Amino acid sequence: MRDFTEIWSYLAGDPLIWLAATLLAYVIGDAASSRMGRAPWVNPVLIAVVLLGALLYLSDTRYDTYFEGAQFVHFLLGPATVALAIPLWHQRAAFRRALLPVLAALIAGSLTAVLSALAIGHALGLSPQLLATLAPKGTTAPVAIGISQALGGSPTLTAVLVLLTGIVGAIVVTPLMNLLRIRDWRARGLAVGVAAHGIGTARALQVNPQAGAFAGIGMALNALLTALLAPWALGLYF
Amino acid sequence: MIHALTLILACQLAGETLTRLMGWPVPGPVLGMALLFALMLASPRIAALVIPTGEGILRHLSLLFVPAGVGVVGHVQMLGAQGAVLMLALVLSTILALAVGAGVFVAVARLTKGRKDA
Repeated sequence: MRDFTEIWSYLAGDPLIWLAATLLAYVIGDAASSRMGRAPWVNPVLIAVVLLGALLYLSDTRYDTYFEGAQFVHFLLGPATVALAIPLWHQRAAFRRALLPVLAALIAGSLTAVLSALAIGHALGLSPQLLATLAPKGTTAPVAIGISQALGGSPTLTAVLVLLTGIVGAIVVTPLMNLLRIRDWRARGLAVGVAAHGIGTARALQVNPQAGAFAGIGMALNALLTALLAPWALGLYF
Repeated sequence: MIHALTLILACQLAGETLTRLMGWPVPGPVLGMALLFALMLASPRIAALVIPTGEGILRHLSLLFVPAGVGVVGHVQMLGAQGAVLMLALVLSTILALAVGAGVFVAVARLTKGRKDA
């Protein structure tokens, strides 16, 4: 039998192992989530990310090497975003009836996300650079990174904050809405799409198809609105 | 399935091309989503074609965030000395945005419904 380290050094450089590891970590996270009856605090993304992060650290693997395998999964984010037209299409009648509430909630939610982050950060003494980094956190990563860059923030740190916002939103939305006694799936979905982009949308799709459709449209419209809003909002603090 | 995938990728490509060309602040896939939605509204045949494959991709949307998430975990130390403050602002502001967004939706839905009934 060949030496294990020899096999490892062959496999570790191969994209296959990291693609397989990504799927396996997600299967574990998803199984845990399903086992717990989709309880909000058992978030499959968080579990998979922590498992893989630990694995990379323990095996002393660079992220570039990991990403050579994982890129095949990452690539599907674009097509999946396009495919969010499908739940929206299924809900097109409900969406048409709710056009006004959708637009009002979009503007209110988006403004609150940007302005409250700035106000709290400002009150706690964050630097202008960190405020610019934090402001676009609720919107989808490519938009947030672009805004952060344009405003003089740190794009990499913005990517970290966007991901954390998505996970926090996905975890918090169910207990928060239950606490507020908001049972309208359209309202719950739209709010989480606006406040917590794709990761919130993924959670909504898992919970209820109508919530998923409204989350998708919330995320899409907020990408546009935050791009227009964040530069103006940041101007209020300088 | 291959036709559906081709259509989805074509929508994404058209979206990417259009945002770059016009310098719009929206990501290409988001514009591609609007395009696919318009096509589905225009043609029930297109809708029937993309639904099985598209729903297949969406079934595990969470999975698709994992590779980017792993990259981010490596940068968590970037939060640095201000980490606690950033996290506090992030969590509070996300909770506020969720509550205000859903609250406004319910309120406006109630108002507009009342008006139509009247």
